[in-house]
Amino acid sequence: MKKVLIFLLAGSRITTIPITTYAASARNYISIVGSSTVYPFATVVAEQFGKTTPYKTPKIESTGSGGGFKLFCAGIGVEHPDITNASRRIKKSEFGKCNKNGVTGILEVKIGYDGIVLGNSKKTAPLKLTRKEIFLALAKDVPDPGGAEKLVPNPYKTWKDVNASLPATKIEVLGPPPTSGTRDAFVELAMEGGGKKFGWIKAMKKKNKEAYKRICHTIREDGAYIEAGENDNLIVQKLDANPGAVGIFGFSFLDQNTDKIQGSFIDGVQPTFEAIADGQYPVSRPLFFYVKKAHAKVIPGIQEYLKEFTSEKSWGPDGYLSERGLIPMPDTEREKFKSDVASMNTLTLVK
Amino acid sequence: MNNSAIKSQRTIDIVNQGLHRRYRAEHRFRMYGIIAIAVSLVFLALLFIALGVKGYSAFWQTYIKLDIHFDREVLQQASLATADYQSLVKNSLRTLFPKVKSRRDKRQLYGLASRGAAFQLRKIVLNNPQIIGRKQSIWLTADDDVDMLLKGHIRRDVPEDSRRLTDKQLAWIDQLAAGEKLEKRFNKTFFTVGDSREPELAGVLGALMGSFFTLIVTLALSFPIGVASAIYMEEFAPKNRWTDLIEININNLAAVPSIVFGLLGLAVFLNFFGLPRSAPIVGGLVLTLMTLPTIIIASRSALKSVPPSIREAALGVGASKMQMVAHHVLPLALPGMLTGTIIGMARALGETAPLLMIGMVAFIVDIPANLTDPSTALPVQIYLWADSPERGFAERTSAAILVLLAFLITMNATAVFLRKHFERRW
Repeated sequence: MKKVLIFLLAGSRITTIPITTYAASARNYISIVGSSTVYPFATVVAEQFGKTTPYKTPKIESTGSGGGFKLFCAGIGVEHPDITNASRRIKKSEFGKCNKNGVTGILEVKIGYDGIVLGNSKKTAPLKLTRKEIFLALAKDVPDPGGAEKLVPNPYKTWKDVNASLPATKIEVLGPPPTSGTRDAFVELAMEGGGKKFGWIKAMKKKNKEAYKRICHTIREDGAYIEAGENDNLIVQKLDANPGAVGIFGFSFLDQNTDKIQGSFIDGVQPTFEAIADGQYPVSRPLFFYVKKAHAKVIPGIQEYLKEFTSEKSWGPDGYLSERGLIPMPDTEREKFKSDVASMNTLTLVK
Repeated sequence: MNNSAIKSQRTIDIVNQGLHRRYRAEHRFRMYGIIAIAVSLVFLALLFIALGVKGYSAFWQTYIKLDIHFDREVLQQASLATADYQSLVKNSLRTLFPKVKSRRDKRQLYGLASRGAAFQLRKIVLNNPQIIGRKQSIWLTADDDVDMLLKGHIRRDVPEDSRRLTDKQLAWIDQLAAGEKLEKRFNKTFFTVGDSREPELAGVLGALMGSFFTLIVTLALSFPIGVASAIYMEEFAPKNRWTDLIEININNLAAVPSIVFGLLGLAVFLNFFGLPRSAPIVGGLVLTLMTLPTIIIASRSALKSVPPSIREAALGVGASKMQMVAHHVLPLALPGMLTGTIIGMARALGETAPLLMIGMVAFIVDIPANLTDPSTALPVQIYLWADSPERGFAERTSAAILVLLAFLITMNATAVFLRKHFERRW
């Protein structure tokens, strides 16, 4: 009995060796994981790359920014992905995990900007909001309406409660779940931007950063904010069916559905391509991808893929990515990242 | 005697009086059964009609007729494979609409033809280099916005900034249509290429091949193992506590949510054995684990349903236990086993959750050629398309669902035919 068990164990280990060497020698395509926001742009570049070069088309999975970093930082080797897309910068903890697992030599490339839009159906008038009102409408604990410098659970039920000039419809916001990079960016830009407008909350940033982040980033859980998953198509359909609801999604979805939905004004600025590009629209965030330099030497095609992504005809103002809703970076930034890619400058986090 | 005669009369009377109610109750019961079947059929019909109405337009694709001048200057600057075919398309469009001058308007004009039109020209030139220097009218794929307009999915009556096509583009499209340069043809691309970001260039072939390879692996592994386990447990295994435990566990495994098998596949096949990610062989292994309990349970009931007289008769004329099982019991139980297999395969064909964990939910353009090439499966392709913002993918999602249903019906028809072929009555 014991002999059989030992034999089976040895046998299983022996069989893995040829399989792993087979797998190791066999990967001739680029493996990319990461953000679902960058996915529509990366897939276009990948397809273009596959059609115009003799290399195989890269395989791109949409795992979310957080999930992508988890897979990316698991180690060096052909069984791990080469590139991860992200709709936010890598966190210090994730960078530390990467280094711990031997993933040193990471190249960071910013590809452009994406606007986050609060959209509603074209059947009603567009909302004119400020970031302060967004914070008051969506935070779990808000400053006491009476004026005292303390927090109370969010009492506002309709938009009119927040600001008398807004319509008297129930606050119903469909947004991404906590795993989404879009949500991270939204809480950081819109909600924190609004929370900061209260002097005493802003002062707390220096005194007690943990509490400050908790106040600004926690979204209410009493049913006014509904987690509608990553499927933006579904959010657009729900907004069409329910004109009183508001949805949070990326600018590219607004661009493709301008006949059904419109973006709300935030701080007086409407979400248009131009307004996001020159920084007037306040809720826009940069999109990145990260490359393992060690893999760039082994997997065929990575250098050429990077060249395709950083070429003017893809990420420039007249490029095919901007046609899809990606807001291009200013010329100087594009030049900087293009030269970073050419010289493969390693990322060093100075935070 | 009088009393008993009177009594029996009354019993008959009682029975006769209740007869009408009984017949009405039986009739009502039959009606309930018919209504239940009718409701199911109505829902089935609604499903097919909804899919058909939304998806049938995906089988037609708009093509634009352009007079292409295969300019020798353009096509000799670089090697033929990397020449600028897009400029040939642009030149042709500019010749059709010579009044278009501004850069913005020209970009809108070029947007009428698909991005894949340049690659179609490249294929023509590479196949037939003698065409260089000549002029020819070629039908090229039109852009998905043009396609959507001609199919009525883009409304003309909304203001210009709420539309995907500008007024100028609408005017050009009308002009092309009047000049008979726009035509809807059968969408062959849908069945001959893999995934793409452009709806007019996207097809299901990659997903179909991926599903095919995955199901081949699943069938090849789960059918022999499942049938052999069932035969052993039914015919040869002793009836004690251990075999009872195994039977309970197998029955429970049939009810485990499929994503658990995906997690198991990730941990064991990808991390421990180091198999390539997103390969059909890993997908097949994971789905085998999922279908085995179904096949084992169905095979066991099929074996149980063979009458003991068959077994005893075989043993009685001198067959050994192995011969009795293989030559007498197994052929009679085969129809039931095939039914169980087909139920398992149908479930495996439609599963997406376990494939998510092993990396088969990805954008993969190349068609897989063997069991280790990265691939997706048909339900995964449907899910990815349902998530895309382009309007053209909405109809293609429904069309892909129809293809999946056709695949399923073909598989089931094969199984039913095999079952009828092997069926024996006693």
